[in-house]
This record gives sequence, C-alpha cells and structure tokens, in this order.
Amino acid sequence: MIALPAKAVRMHARAAYAFVERNFNLVRRYWGWELVWLVYSIANALAITYIGAGMQHISGAVVDTNYLVLYLLVGSLVWGYLDIVFHSISETIAWERWEGTIEYTFMAPVSRLTHLVGQTLFSLVYGLLFTSVVFGVVALFFRLDIQGANLLGALAVGAAGSLSFIGFGIVAAVLPLLFPEKGSQMTHVVEAVLLLVSGVYYPVSVLPSWMQRVAAISPATYALEGIRLAILAQSTWGALFPYMLRLVVMGFVTIPLGVWVFGLAERYAKRTGRLKRSG
Amino acid sequence: MSFPALEAQGVCKYFSADGSRPLLPLPWLGRQAKKVAAVEDISFRLPRGEILGILGPNGSGKSTLVRLVATLLLPDKGWIRVFGHDVVREAAAVKKMINRVSAEAAFFKRLSAVENLMYAARLYGMEGRTARRRIGEILERLGIAAEKAREPLEELSRGMQQKVAIARAFLTSPVLLLLDEPTTGLDPRSKREVQDFIRELRAVHDTTVLLTTHDMAEADSLCDRVAIMCDGRFVALDTPARLKASLEPTHVGASLEDVFLALTGKELQAEEEAA
Ligand SMILES: Nc1ncnc2c1ncn2[C@@H]1O[C@H](COP(=O)(O)OP(=O)(O)O)[C@@H](O)[C@H]1O
Ligand SMILES: [Mg+2]
Repeated sequence: MIALPAKAVRMHARAAYAFVERNFNLVRRYWGWELVWLVYSIANALAITYIGAGMQHISGAVVDTNYLVLYLLVGSLVWGYLDIVFHSISETIAWERWEGTIEYTFMAPVSRLTHLVGQTLFSLVYGLLFTSVVFGVVALFFRLDIQGANLLGALAVGAAGSLSFIGFGIVAAVLPLLFPEKGSQMTHVVEAVLLLVSGVYYPVSVLPSWMQRVAAISPATYALEGIRLAILAQSTWGALFPYMLRLVVMGFVTIPLGVWVFGLAERYAKRTGRLKRSG
Repeated sequence: MSFPALEAQGVCKYFSADGSRPLLPLPWLGRQAKKVAAVEDISFRLPRGEILGILGPNGSGKSTLVRLVATLLLPDKGWIRVFGHDVVREAAAVKKMINRVSAEAAFFKRLSAVENLMYAARLYGMEGRTARRRIGEILERLGIAAEKAREPLEELSRGMQQKVAIARAFLTSPVLLLLDEPTTGLDPRSKREVQDFIRELRAVHDTTVLLTTHDMAEADSLCDRVAIMCDGRFVALDTPARLKASLEPTHVGASLEDVFLALTGKELQAEEEAA
C-alpha cells in the first residue's frame, strides 16, 4: 500500500528529470548559441545600466547614481530571468517540433503535468545560473552599494514571481501546438507587451492610465516592484508580503489554468492532426 | 481471458483538406472544411506474437492508422484496443505497452545516440544505471560502435540513425511494436539488418509487430499476414501465400504486386524517397 505511491512518485521524478537532463545536454551541445546569448545578455544589461551611470552627465542635475544604476540593473536582471523562465517553458512544444521529436515525447507514458514540471525545473535552474553569470560580470563594471538590502526578501519575491511566469509560459506553450507555423512568433508579441507595461526600466506610474491597467494584470509588475523595494528601499518582509501573496495567487491561478488549456489544446491537436504529419 | 495484442473496429479518421483549415481553431469561425478520409472503416485483430504488414502506396493511410494506435491521433469513429485497453480512454496504459519507429528518424539531432536513448529511457521511468546498461547492450547488438554512439546523431548515416530509432523503440520493451516504413530509404544491406532484427525480436521476445511498408518483398518475407491498404481501406487481409493464391487459376505464380494491382487497379509504385 505504501510502496505503490512511492514507486509511482519515483517514476514521475525520473520522467521529470528526463527533461532536465535532456535540456542541459542540449545546452552543452549547442554551447555556441549559449555563448552568443550570454554575450548578448551581458552587453544588454551593461548598456542599460550605463544609462544610470551617465544620467548625471545627461541631465546636468545631481542624481543618486548608485540608486539609478541599481534600479536599472534590477530591471534588466529580473526581466532577463523571467524571460528565460517564460521562454524555456513556452518553447516546450516549438523546440520539439523543430527537432521533430514531438511525437515521441507525446507517445511516452508521461503525464503532461510531469512533462511541464520537468521543463519548469530546468527553466528555473537554468534561469538562475544564467542570470547569476550575467550579474557576476555586470557587477565588475560598477561599484554597487547594496548595504542594507533585503537580499533574501528579493529572492523570495523573485521565486514567487517565477510561479506566475511558469503559468504564463504554459499558456503560451499552447500557441505553437495550435499554430505550427506562427505560434512561437506570437509568444514574442505577448512578451513585448509585458516588457512595455510592467515597469521594467521605469515606474508604471509614468505610463498612460490604460497601460497602467494592463500593468496591473502583469505579474512582472509586482515582481519588479517587490524586488526594488527589497533592494533599494530595504523593505522588511512585512512590506514585501503583499507582493509575494499577489504573485503566489497569480501563480495558483495561471498554472492550473495553463495545464488545463494545454490539455484542451493537446486534444485538439490530436483530433486535427497538428502534432506532426510527415514520416 | 486473453486479449489480442491489437484490435480495431470500424476505425475512421478524417482530416480537413489542405487550404480549407479554419484560421482559428474555433468551430463557429470555420468555413465548411473539405474532408479527406485518411482511414475509412478499418477493422482487424492482431494476435499476440504475429507480424502484420500493411502494404500500400504513399497516401493510403498507413501512417495515420499507426498514429491512431500510438495515441497520437484520436479516431473519429470506431475504436482501437491494445491488449484490451482503449487507446483513447486508457491512453496511459496503452503508452506503456507500445513504441513506434517512423520512417523519419526523429531525434535531437545534436545529441548523441546515447543521450537520445537516455532521454527515452527516463521518460519510460527507467532507472539511470539500468538504462545505461541496456543501451550499451542494444547498441552493441545493432553493431553501433561505442564511439559512434557518443557523436551527435546528425553525423551518423541514415541507416545508422534508423538502427538507433529501432534501439529506442526496443529499449522500453514494448509488447506491441509499431514500425512505420522502418526500412524506407535504407540501402539493401541496412534493410536486411533491420529485417533480421525484427525477426529476432519476435522470436526471442514474442513481440507483436504492426509494420507498414510499400516494399512487396519485405511484406512477403517478414509478415505472417499482410493487409493491402488503398485510399484508407483494407482491400484484403490474409497470409502472403493465400493472397497470391487468390489470383489462381487465372494467374499462377502471382506476386503481391499482382495482387495489389488486381484488387485496386493501381500500381504500387515502390518509390523510395531519396535519403
Ligand atoms: N496530419 C494531417 N493533416 C492533414 N492531412 C493528413 C495528415 N496526415 C495525413 N494526412 C492525409 O491523409 C492521407 C493519408 O496519409 P498517410 O496516413 O500519411 O499515408 P501513408 O502513410 O500511407 O503514406 C493523405 O492524403 C495525407 O495527405
Ligand atoms: Mg506514411
């Protein structure tokens, strides 16, 4: 009686690990791309952060350069991280379609939940590693003063923010399942809009009010605000709690919604023959 | 009671014809899509341990039928059972019992054979050490050298890739093996090796095989029974010997090709896609 569930859990864990191991193998085999992407991300983070460093020169007014540099760096890193989480989940289908392996993954005795859990685990570990490297390099270029920052609090908000982005990623992963040709471009549109409205490099309050309403439903908005409070305003856990709560609630809504929508889309794809056609 | 390895009853599968797919997957937006009957009213029983061949030209619905069994497509009518389990309602149980090889070797091209097989093994819940041992054994049996097995798969020949595909299918010990044109595009030597391996699987492991082909000699020599498929239908299903005998007395010494021609009025052009 006890042994059975334990065995089932072990099977699921192995299957979920299949995706983690496979993806890290792919990272290793496509290391050239990874390197390009890393250089791009570092250059991008530096370019944005230098806007902060140069602001005193640009504006001629006295500004708190350290604050501005940190403000922009947080935006760049948090967005970079969420971008990785979002993409490595939303490209679950697109990538396998490109490789031609999708039918073999769908034919395996693995529940879609296990599949998505595996993909998510990878995205979190990979996102964290990648973002740490970018941070490590960028930090060499600036004298960052983060004394008194609530770093653990910032990480906790980041973790809560990951949840809702996992859900968004799963919903977006459905698009390439429904639209074999254009699905993955569509996810880029969703992302561009989120980047614009979520206050990645500026406070949401400078946006027109209709955009602010869109910002209110973007989890990135709360993740960024919460992390900035923790690092820049040295906020206590108490002050961060409402942000974490909201992000966790968003995750609890979007993840089951995503899995449900994914199930519907999978049925639709199997009914209409959209998984694969040739061979 | 014991169930047949595979049983199908009145199975139909329709696709909307090219260009008539609705833009959005919403029924109320769809123009009335033209339907193509890829599989039309197919029924058969495949007892355990048998090799059933499906012989038909390109576009006759062979792959669609295989995908329906493999739970990758949902039938529009009829039902399919694998050892008594319905492929739609009990897909999870069916998935554990089957595996499939398709004409295109579908792999992560940059990953090695071992990495691809490891991924497959873990998906089927195999423990790491066991998987590594089994992978080593199977690759050795198929004559794939250890150093080849560590190179990116895109660097191996087509025949070699197809052997890895068969290794992947066999790795998970399926009781029903679906082989969709496993030898199409292979050179004669690789073709023979693959055919020998299929025979061995059946002899040693009592694996039941559903095999599609448009190679008459293959169907004739490998299969216990052959179904001739044309435009989504089985137009005949019998042992190769009896199929050929069916043309007597007018045509003595008939080949499966002659049978196909007599039954469908069409040539079974054995086009091999350039590999
Ligand atoms: N996923 C699909 N979407 C639309 N039409 C399809 C799909 N798969 C197959 N067809 C059509 O169904 C028919 C049978 O195809 P298929 O089963 O691939 O035949 P075979 O494997 O015998 O060559 C063909 O007309 C083909 O164009
Ligand atoms: Mg085919």
